[in-house]
Amino acid sequence: MAPTRDELHWMYRYMVISRRFEETIAEAYFEGKTPVFNMANGTIPGEMHLSDGQEPVAVGVCAHLKPTDVVTATHRPHHQAIAKGVDLDKMAAEIFGKKTGLSGGRGGHMHLFDANANFACSGIIAQGMGPAVGAALSRKMQGKDGVAVAFLGEGAVNQGAWHEAMNMAAVWKLPFVCVIEDNAWGISVPKDAATAIANNADRAAAYGIPGHRIEGNDPYKIYEVAGEAIARARAGEGPTLIEVETYRLAGHFMGDAEAYRPEGEKDALFAKDPIPAMRARMLEDGSASEAELDRIEAEAAERVAAAIKFARESEEPAPEDALTAVFA
Amino acid sequence: MNKPNERKLTIARAMAEATAQEMRIDPGVFVMGEDVGQLGGIYGNTRGLIEEFGSERIRDTPISETAFIGAAVGAAQDGMRPIAELMFVDFFGVCFDAIYNLMAKNIYFSGGNFKVPMVLMTSTGGGYSDGGQHSQCLYGSFAHLPGMKVVQPSNAYDAKGLMTAAIRDDSPVVYMFHKSLQGMGWLGTEKAATVHVPEEQYVVEIGKAKIAREGKDVTIVGLGMGVHNALKAADRLAEQGVSAEVVDLVSLVPLDRETIRASVAKTGRLIVVDEDYMSYGVTGEIIASVTEHNISALKAAPKRIAYPDVPIPFARGMEQFCLPNPEKIVAAWGEMAA
Ligand SMILES: Cc1ncc(C[n+]2csc(CCOP(=O)(O)OP(=O)(O)O)c2C)c(N)n1
Repeated sequence: MAPTRDELHWMYRYMVISRRFEETIAEAYFEGKTPVFNMANGTIPGEMHLSDGQEPVAVGVCAHLKPTDVVTATHRPHHQAIAKGVDLDKMAAEIFGKKTGLSGGRGGHMHLFDANANFACSGIIAQGMGPAVGAALSRKMQGKDGVAVAFLGEGAVNQGAWHEAMNMAAVWKLPFVCVIEDNAWGISVPKDAATAIANNADRAAAYGIPGHRIEGNDPYKIYEVAGEAIARARAGEGPTLIEVETYRLAGHFMGDAEAYRPEGEKDALFAKDPIPAMRARMLEDGSASEAELDRIEAEAAERVAAAIKFARESEEPAPEDALTAVFA
Repeated sequence: MNKPNERKLTIARAMAEATAQEMRIDPGVFVMGEDVGQLGGIYGNTRGLIEEFGSERIRDTPISETAFIGAAVGAAQDGMRPIAELMFVDFFGVCFDAIYNLMAKNIYFSGGNFKVPMVLMTSTGGGYSDGGQHSQCLYGSFAHLPGMKVVQPSNAYDAKGLMTAAIRDDSPVVYMFHKSLQGMGWLGTEKAATVHVPEEQYVVEIGKAKIAREGKDVTIVGLGMGVHNALKAADRLAEQGVSAEVVDLVSLVPLDRETIRASVAKTGRLIVVDEDYMSYGVTGEIIASVTEHNISALKAAPKRIAYPDVPIPFARGMEQFCLPNPEKIVAAWGEMAA
C-alpha cells in the first residue's frame, strides 16, 4: 500500500513543520544561554531533546492515525506530537512554560499532553508502553474503534516495562503497535553495547506477533509497513512490532558535545537528511512540483512562526498556579 | 574552609577521586550505570575512570535499572563492592524492588550472614526547570524504608570522605548528590560546594551531622542544597543581629539526632529546610526527633520549609515559587520571633 499523492504531500508538510519547529526551538533555547551554557537560564530552561532527522517515523505512522487513536511518546516527543495533530500553538506555549500551554506550563517539553489529540508522554524510558497498551485494552473492552501506538527509542527495549507490556498486548491480542525509533544511540551508549541482538524486530518472535525492521529512514517504506500494522490492529488481529532505522541529527539533548560519536558520523548523517531526500524523491517520481513543495515549505515556516509568536506573547503562569491541578 | 593555595575540587571530581583511589587498592570495586563510561557520567562523577580502569570495571549498562541494581546486589553478596548509578533519583520507580526488597533487606533476611557492600549513587534536586520526572529529591522515601544508609554531601570535602566511607561500608549506602552542587556549569552550580579537598584518602563518618555554622538564637537544619540556603539565610539574619546555627545532616540514615537535639537545646528554636516533599518526610522526622525527646527544649513552634505536596512544575516561575530559599528561611524566623 503506497502513499497517495495527497498523503505524500501531507507527510512532507508535517516533516517540514516538525523540522522548522525544532530549528526555531533551538534558536529560542540558546537565548540567554551564551556565553555560559546553564540549563537553568534563558527563554526555555531545562533539558531539550530535539527530533531532527527522525521525522519520517512520525509521519509514516501518523499518516494512518485518526484523532481518536492514541499515541504515547517519550522524552523526545515533538515530531510525533506534531504528526499526531497536537495543537501547535499550545504545544509551543507549553515548551516556553506559558499559561496558555497544553498544561499551563506544568509539564514542559517532556510532558506534552493533549486530550483532544489523544497524545501523552513520559520522560521515563519505556513508560509510554503501559499506557498505550492500556488504551488499546480500553478500546477493546469498550468495543470502541481505535488503535494505540507507543513510540520509543531503541534504548527502551531493555527496560522491563517494554517486555511486560509487549507480552500483555500480544496475549490479549490488543489493537497496539510498538514503533521503535532506532537512532543508534542511547545518550552516549551505542546500540550494540546495550542490546544483545542487532534487529529488535526479531524480538517479535518472543511474543508470537509480526515484527518488521525498516532500513534507511525511508518515509515511503515506513508508511507502507505501519499501514499494514495499523490495519491489522484495527481488524482485531493483534499487535505488531516495528523497528525503524532513523537518524539523530542533534545531540542527545541541547548542549551535548557528542564527543562519543565517531569522527565523520554526523556529516554522513546530514548527507542522508530525510527532508531533502524526500523532496528530491517526490520531484523525481512526479508526486509534486517544485512550486508545490516550495509552497508547502513556506506554509510550514509560517505555521511554526505563528505558533512561536503565540508562545512568546503568551502570559507566564502565576507562580501559585503550581499548587493547582494536582487532583481532578 | 578555603585557603588561597589549597586545591579545590567540585563534588563531581571529589566523588571520582574517592572512587579511583578505592579502586586502586580494592579490585572488588567497580562502577556500573548508564553513560558512566566514555561520557564519564552525566554529572561528571565517573569522569576519567574508564581511561584508568577500562570498560570491565567502569561499565556502561543498558537502560535496565532493575537488572543492573539487582545485579549489584548479587555481586555485592558475592564478594564485590559495586557502585551502581541511578542517573536521576526520579527513575527509582522502575527499579525500586531491587532497592528496597533486595538491597535493603538481604542482610536482615540472612540474619547477617550475607553482606551487601554496595553504593547506589543517584542525583537529586531541581531548580533548573527539568520538570516533574527529573527534579525530585525523594530521599525521605529511601530513608523511610529500613536497611539502607542514606547520605547527601553539601560540599566536595564531605563528598570525597563519604564516598570512601560508603564504598568501604558492608551495608548498602544510597549516596545522593544534588545536581546544582555538582560543579557542572550547565546545571548552574552553587560555588560554595566547591571546597578544598585533600589528595590523600580519608573517611567522613556516615551517621554524623556537622555544625556548618555556630550560632545561639535559632537552629537551622538541612542537607545538601538546604545547607547552602541555610547558610545564606544565616548571613542575612546576622545582619539583623540574629545568630543562627546551621546543622548539616550529611546523613539521613543513620540520623544524628544527638547533634540536632544538642543544638536546639542551646538555641531553643528550630527551622528545618528540605527540598523533598513536605508531608511524611525529613522535616517532620527532624521535628519529631526534637519534640519527642524534650518538648520543652523549644521556645517557639518549629518551622519547616519544604517542597509543597505537588509534583514539580516545569515553568520557572512556578518551580521557584515552590522551592526552599534563603528568603523563606528568613521569613520563617520573622514569624517565629514575632
Ligand atoms: C528509566 C529511565 N532510565 C534512564 C533515563 C535517562 N535517559 C533519558 S533518555 C536516555 C536514552 C534513551 O535512549 P533511546 O531510548 O534510544 O531514545 P533516544 O534518546 O535515542 O531518542 C536515557 C538513558 C530515563 N529517562 N528513564
